[in-house]
Amino acid sequence: MTLTLAALGPALPELLLAISAILLLLFGAFVGPRSTDTVNGLALAALFAALVLVILGPAQASLFNGAFQVDAYSRFLKVLALIGAGGALAMSVDWLKIEKQARFEYAILVLLSTLGMMMLISAGDLIALYIGLELMSLALYVIAANNRDSVRSTEAGLKYFVLGALSSGMFLYGASLIYGFTGSINFAQIAEVAREPSLGLIFGIVFTFAGLCFKVSAVPFHMWTPDVYEGAPTPVTTFFAAAPKIAAMAVFVRFALEALPHVAHQWQQIVVFVSIASMALGSFAAIGQRNLKRLMAYSSIGHMGFALVGLAAGTEQGVRGVLIYLTVYMAMTLGTFACILSMRRKDGMVENYDELAGLARTSPVKAFFLAALMFSLAGIPPLAGFLAKYYVFLAAIEAGMYTLAVIGVLTSVVGAFYYLRIVKVMYFDEPAPAFEPMPSELRAVLAVAGLFTLLFFVYPGPILSAAGAAARALF
Amino acid sequence: MYDWPILSVVTFLPLVGALLIVLMIRGDDEVAQRNARWVALWATLVTFIISLLLLVGFDPSGQEFQFVEHRPWLGEFAAYRMGVDGISLPFVLLTTLLMPMCILASWESIHVRVKEYMICFLVLETLMIGTFSALDLLQFYFFFEGGLIPMFLIIGIWGGKRRIYATFKFFLYTLAGSVLMMLAIMAMYWQAGTTDIAALLKFNFPAGMQTWLWLAFFASFAVKMPMWPVHTWLPDAHVEAPTAGSVILAGILLKMGGYGFLRFSLPMFPDASAYFAPMVFTLSVIAIIYTSLVALMQEDIKKLIAYSSVAHMGYVTMGIFTLTQEGIQGAVFQMVSHGFVSGALFLCVGVIYDRMHTREIAAYGGIVNRMPIYATVFMVFTMANVGLPGTSGFIGEFLPLLAVFGRNTWVALFATTGVILSAAYALWLYRRVVFGALEKDSLKGLTDVTPREMASLVPLLFFTILFGVWPQPILDACNVAVSTIVARADVAAGAVKAAALMLH
Repeated sequence: MTLTLAALGPALPELLLAISAILLLLFGAFVGPRSTDTVNGLALAALFAALVLVILGPAQASLFNGAFQVDAYSRFLKVLALIGAGGALAMSVDWLKIEKQARFEYAILVLLSTLGMMMLISAGDLIALYIGLELMSLALYVIAANNRDSVRSTEAGLKYFVLGALSSGMFLYGASLIYGFTGSINFAQIAEVAREPSLGLIFGIVFTFAGLCFKVSAVPFHMWTPDVYEGAPTPVTTFFAAAPKIAAMAVFVRFALEALPHVAHQWQQIVVFVSIASMALGSFAAIGQRNLKRLMAYSSIGHMGFALVGLAAGTEQGVRGVLIYLTVYMAMTLGTFACILSMRRKDGMVENYDELAGLARTSPVKAFFLAALMFSLAGIPPLAGFLAKYYVFLAAIEAGMYTLAVIGVLTSVVGAFYYLRIVKVMYFDEPAPAFEPMPSELRAVLAVAGLFTLLFFVYPGPILSAAGAAARALF
Repeated sequence: MYDWPILSVVTFLPLVGALLIVLMIRGDDEVAQRNARWVALWATLVTFIISLLLLVGFDPSGQEFQFVEHRPWLGEFAAYRMGVDGISLPFVLLTTLLMPMCILASWESIHVRVKEYMICFLVLETLMIGTFSALDLLQFYFFFEGGLIPMFLIIGIWGGKRRIYATFKFFLYTLAGSVLMMLAIMAMYWQAGTTDIAALLKFNFPAGMQTWLWLAFFASFAVKMPMWPVHTWLPDAHVEAPTAGSVILAGILLKMGGYGFLRFSLPMFPDASAYFAPMVFTLSVIAIIYTSLVALMQEDIKKLIAYSSVAHMGYVTMGIFTLTQEGIQGAVFQMVSHGFVSGALFLCVGVIYDRMHTREIAAYGGIVNRMPIYATVFMVFTMANVGLPGTSGFIGEFLPLLAVFGRNTWVALFATTGVILSAAYALWLYRRVVFGALEKDSLKGLTDVTPREMASLVPLLFFTILFGVWPQPILDACNVAVSTIVARADVAAGAVKAAALMLH
């Protein structure tokens, strides 16, 4: 089969990102450090253009013998990943400049990583999945160590790399087992063959799932998360928390439901266990944290556990829950990190939550939005976080997974404790010295994220129906 | 009845007031504080006046929900539905009536962050009215749970010394109970295919499922009520909350538990309700006797009243689960009456607390010499708390006791001892605070109640005595709605009996 240029149309956003990454790299290499601002601006423009192309692109297409799938599902998640990446990049530009860590490579690596995410989201076979995963991860390893002179940042990068490489190896091994026992790498063809569980197939499932759990930082493959979150420069942490998790979760769901729908019984047990363990660890371990970045790391582990509840149900309703959860999670994460990025005093950044003391009196609007985000993360109605939890648990109840649901909601009560503690520090405690004024891009992100979580319940229709349509594409 | 959505207006008008404060009032100086107070007072007053239209237009003989509104909201999962019947209407009115008094009670005692305080109260009012008038399960849950956020802030910011501990305990206890109810709501949706309360009231859930659903709802409402042994958050929250917070907590938030039993547990799970009734009786009797004894030994006035609230709620749960007409009507009456009486008692405590800044019983004594009017008002409410005939407290205790006597004599016997115990702790409190010689120097400069304080107490005084001698309005209002519940309970009980006969 010959490929004409026009046939590549559905992959246009990816092509755009790839070409702009290469061109920007050349530009940066020739012009040198002076080019940082231009590269940042152009990278943002490229992400935005890709977003437009994704929205305007074809609704349904399949390229490269099914290795690259475009459907409502991929479109929904690509929009999310692009918004997450764009938001994180926009918030990091000023910060890196002030901290003297600005490098033109940063934006390019973000572009490459985003490209990896988009390929991951569209992956229709195991090799495409692996390439997307590696492209995304390799760029992430490098930007984790973006602050080259800091021991903690380089340590974070190295730790992420070593553990990430291990997990990629596990995934690859599992993928080869699945290929060996089903004779195909294409998801749809695997699904046709894998109707009965065989020992080799189960081993393959276990190994591939372990690799994917590592990428979404689900327990017991979460160990890297707190260290990397804390060690990496804060804008990088923002990016880690927002975008790659979404892409990894997207491919997790697609792989499980498109390639292995007939052996769901086998992998559901794994997902249920991982989900319960993540929710519990995310709730209990975060209680002892004082560093906000570390706390958000545990929080994200817990939230991935909640999102996995939807996958554990394995139904269309469940996928829809996962998609709504990821949307809300991304908004909450970006908003919270906008606040963390603005915790700057005259003598530098602070990261402990007790530095937020009395924020309600020093900057009431910021405290109000952050409090709304905290209540939302805790899952209290009427905020968006509640509806997100509602939809995943709705699916779990439909699938009859009562134990999972009961444990899940109870851990969410435990988790509520540490989110409330942040509200308590901001509203009940005596004020600490005020922070430096918040830069306008952080303000904008916080306002949009805050208003989204506050008012999501008023008119959730469009997102709910888009998520519903996206979930239908997998069934 | 009206061609405009009156229930939505009543529900969201306080929120509009809160928005006005947010948008119009800048700064935190004297003027801004005064403006915030006046906006809040007007918002609650107008809400109250409009809510009176509900009373005018309400048809007590109507079988269905009235003032019904329906709008699409979450697609197939839930819709925006509002409506009231004879059970929810008294609570809506109780809420709108108590709110202006709370604002008045906070007029001078709150002087830091007044704007935020008023916003919290107005938001809370919207959520409370919404809880009582929601006709959709998920929407009900939104209002029910959302109320935690403003209350968390009210106790935490304007509370006493141990406010942080108290507010966390309040929040986490209530949340832990409620999340199980959320799961039950989902299970009900998948079983019945709707979250419309009016439809669910006619739906028959399988008996096995009812047990689990009942327990999940019970977890939430028992904490909210609160029933022994999950009542421990209440004394802490009451003691630490500012006066108006205690009034709302005792007057309205506790009633959400009882309302929940009447709206969901009894009519939707009649089999399970009959099955679990003995357990509820046991818990209620323990609550009545045990918390009355605990109240006897309190040294803090607010804590004493808080424990007496738990005991009084014991009569409510007992009355509800007699599953009889007089028992449930008595429970509704007791809840409304307790809303007046305990709210007024907390206001009374607030009056002397604002002067002396202590709630220690030992710090008072003989204040009748300095505050004769106060002593009179406080006495009437103390008597109502004891259940003296002629006050609303009497009817509220008598009807549930009467009903439970027909069900189980032993329960009635033990529960009635609570009446004696309540007389003991309430009168003893009154004697220690009000009577005796005025010996303490600190008390000699006390001044009697101000007109503003009277303005918040007199309406409660009026209703306490009015409903004490003329209980008919409340009993008539809920008559039809209660008989529907009882009819369903009787059908269920009949089915249980028939099944038992089949076995023999």
